[in-house]
Amino acid sequence: MATTRRRGKRPAEPDAAELLGYYREMLLIRRFEEKAGQLYGMGLIAGFCHLYIGQEAVVSGMMAAADPTDSVVTSYRDHGHMLACGMDPKGVMAELTGRSGGYSRGKGGSMHMFSHEKHFYGGHGIVGAQVPIGTGLGFSHQYRGDGGVCHCYLGDGAINQGQVYESFNMASLWSLPVVYVIENNKYAMGTSVERAAAGTELYRRGAAYNIPGEAVDGMDILAVRDAAFRALGHARGGQGPYILEMKTYRYRGHSMSDPAKYRTKEEVSRMREQHDPIDTLKAKLLANGVVDEAALKEIDREVKAVVTEAAEFAQTSPEPDAAALWADVLVEA
Amino acid sequence: MATEILMPALSPTMTEGKVARWLKREGDAVKAGDVLAEIETDKATMEFEAVDEGHLGRILVAGGTEGVAVNTPIAVLLEEGEDASAAILPKAAPAAPPPAAVVSAAAAPSTVPAAPAAAAIRAEPDYTGETAHMTVREALRDAMAEEMRRDANVFLLGEEVAQYQGAYKVSQGLLEEFGPKRVIDTPITEMGFAGLAVGAAFSGLRPIVEFMTMNFSMQAMDQIINSAAKTLYMSGGQQSCPIVFRGPNGAAARVAAQHSQDYASWFAHVPGIKVLAPYSGADSKGLLKAAIRDPNPVVFLENELLYGQSFDVPVDPEFIVPIGRARIERPGGSVTLVAYSRMVQVALEAADMLAAEGIEAEVINLRTLRPLDIDTIVASVKKTNRIVSVEEGWPYAGIGSEIAAVMMEHAFDWLDAPVARVCGVDVPMPYAANLERLCLPQADKVAEAARQVCYRK
Repeated sequence: MATTRRRGKRPAEPDAAELLGYYREMLLIRRFEEKAGQLYGMGLIAGFCHLYIGQEAVVSGMMAAADPTDSVVTSYRDHGHMLACGMDPKGVMAELTGRSGGYSRGKGGSMHMFSHEKHFYGGHGIVGAQVPIGTGLGFSHQYRGDGGVCHCYLGDGAINQGQVYESFNMASLWSLPVVYVIENNKYAMGTSVERAAAGTELYRRGAAYNIPGEAVDGMDILAVRDAAFRALGHARGGQGPYILEMKTYRYRGHSMSDPAKYRTKEEVSRMREQHDPIDTLKAKLLANGVVDEAALKEIDREVKAVVTEAAEFAQTSPEPDAAALWADVLVEA
Repeated sequence: MATEILMPALSPTMTEGKVARWLKREGDAVKAGDVLAEIETDKATMEFEAVDEGHLGRILVAGGTEGVAVNTPIAVLLEEGEDASAAILPKAAPAAPPPAAVVSAAAAPSTVPAAPAAAAIRAEPDYTGETAHMTVREALRDAMAEEMRRDANVFLLGEEVAQYQGAYKVSQGLLEEFGPKRVIDTPITEMGFAGLAVGAAFSGLRPIVEFMTMNFSMQAMDQIINSAAKTLYMSGGQQSCPIVFRGPNGAAARVAAQHSQDYASWFAHVPGIKVLAPYSGADSKGLLKAAIRDPNPVVFLENELLYGQSFDVPVDPEFIVPIGRARIERPGGSVTLVAYSRMVQVALEAADMLAAEGIEAEVINLRTLRPLDIDTIVASVKKTNRIVSVEEGWPYAGIGSEIAAVMMEHAFDWLDAPVARVCGVDVPMPYAANLERLCLPQADKVAEAARQVCYRK
C-alpha cells in the first residue's frame, strides 16, 4: 500500500490524491492498532503494547512533509510511525506476535523495530533516550551534508527528562537539523501534564536554547502538515532545530493493561466524537466533494484486507528458531 | 459471517476474569471502538471495545459471570443483514483453549541451545618492523589520527578534546589536522553526547566518544547499555552501532572515591559490547585501532598513570592488536598471574620479586576483558596449576570472580590450589595518601598471594 511519505516540495494545498492518501494511511494505522489490541486480547501479543489510536494525524501529517532523506526516531508508542514510514504491516504485526517474520525476527517486540531502508531508527523503550539519539541522527545529516532532517518524536512525559535539554542545547549550539515533535497526549501513563510539568506550554521548552517552538492541533492532519513544512524547512535550511508541540489524545490506555482511571469517560468520548482525526478529514473530503461515501468504503475495505493479511501472517509466521537465541549479540567482523 | 467475540486478555498476566457487565444488548448495532462490556481483571476493571462493525447477535456469557477463561467465546457479532439464527454457534466450551502464545511457550524446548563456539582469534604476528619510543598518550593519539586518516566517518567528540587538546592531552594535535568538524568539543553533558554519538553510529558514522574519565560515563550508562549494547540484538541484527567509548579508568592519584574507580566488571557484565583494557604502548595503539575498526560498541579503558609511560610502539599503520587475545608478558612455570591495565605492571614487579625466591611467575596481560581469552589462561594454568588474579576493582562480582569461575569450569582438574584474588579493598577510595596506598594492590601483596598458592612462606 502506498503511503503519503516523502512528498518533498510543498504544494500550496494538498490535492485530492494526497488527501485520500492521508485518509488511507491514518485509517491503516487505526485498523492496525485495533487489530493489535484484538490479538493482544487473544494472547497472541504479550508484554507491553502501546497503541497509537487517536494520535494518527501527528505522524501522518509529519510524513506528508518529509523528504526521502529524512530520518525518524521515536519512543515505544511506535507502530504508527513505522507504518507511516512505509514499513510493511506484516513485518510489524509479526514482530508484535514474536515471530521470525517480524522486523526484529521476534527478538525486539512492540517497542524495538528498525528499518534502514525506510530510515526508521526505532522504537526505543527508555523514556527520553531517543532524544539524544535523534539529535545524533541530525548530527549525521549535517556531517554528511545529505540535506536530511531528523524527525525526533517524544511524549509529554519524556519532555521532563534531563537528556532532552542536553540534546536541545547541543542541537541549537551546532544548528543541527532536528525537528522535535512532542506528542502531548495529556497523560504520561497516568500522570497528567498539569501534575508533572511546571509550565505546561511544552513548545516553549526550547526557549532558553533559542529553539523556536509552536503548539499545533495534532488532531487535524492539515494543521500538522502545515506546521511540519514550516519546521522541516527551518531545519533543512540550516537554521537549526525546531519544536512542534502536537496537542493530541490517545483513546486507549497507556498500555494494554491500563484501566485509565485518571481521566473521565466523558473526556475520552468528547475527543473521539468531536476531534477524531480520521472523522474530521473524512467530513472534509465529503463536504468538498473530493470523494463519495462509496469511494471511502472501498478504501476501508482495502485497508481492512491489508490488516487482515498482516494479522494472518503474524499468526502463521513461525516462532524464531531456538538457535536465534545466540544470534546477533555482536556483528561478526 | 458471524464472528465469535472471545474473552480478552487485558494484561500480560491475565488468565481469567469476570464479565462484569454488558454495555451493549443483543440486537444493538456496534461500531469499531464501541465499548461492549466491562471486564474485571485481577488488577482493574477495563473497558472491552469492539474491533469490528456489526450488531450483537447473542451474548454467550452473562454479565456478572466470574472466572471466565481468556479466549472463551462470550458473544457473537453479526454482519449487516445477518439475523440471530446465523448466530446459533456451538455452546461455548467450558474450558477454552489456552492462548496460542502459552501453547507455544509450553511446547518450546526447555533446554537452552549450546552457545556457538567462538571463532578462533589469532594472535598478532611478532612485529619486526620499525618502532618508536613514545608515551601511551602519544600511542593513543596516533591510533586515532591514523584511523581518522583512513576513514572519513571516524570522528572524536568529548569534553575538551579539541581546543584544549584533551584534558589529559591524549587528543593533542588532532584539531589542527582534522578540523572542528571531526574533533568536537562538547558541553559537559555525558548522557547527551553519548546518546548523540549512538544516534550517529546508528546511521553509519564511527564516533569515538572520550569521557574525561570513565567515572563520568556513569552519567551515560543508559545510552551505553540500553541503546548501544542491546540494539543489534533487539533489531534482529539489523541495527548495528559501531562506536568506541574511551577514557581513563581506575585510580589516578589522590582524587578520592568519586574519581577513582575501576569499571571493568560493570561493562564486562554486558553482552553486546566488547571491553578492552590495554597496558603497554603497543597494546594501546593496536587495540584502539582495532576498536575503531570494529563494527560493535567497544568500551576502551585507559589509565591515567600509564599515559606518561613510554614503550616501543610499532609505527606501521596496519599494526593491529586483535580483540580477544591476551598476551603473555613474561613466561614462567610456577604460577600464573593474570592482570589488566596498570596492574600488569604490578604483576611484573611481583614476578621479579618472586624470581629472586625461585618462583617463576607467568604474567598474562588480559588486554581484552570481554570476550575473555580463556584459552590462553587455561593453557597457562595447565602448566603452572596455580593462578592469582590481580585487579584494581573491588572484589565483589569483579573480574577476579569471573576468572575464578572460568577456572572452575575449564581447569578444575588442573588446579593444585584455590584461585587467589588480589583486588582493590572493598571500600570507596580514601583521599589520604597512606590509606589510598593500602586500598590498591601492590606488588608485595601480589607476591604474597603467589607464595600462598605455591604453598611457600
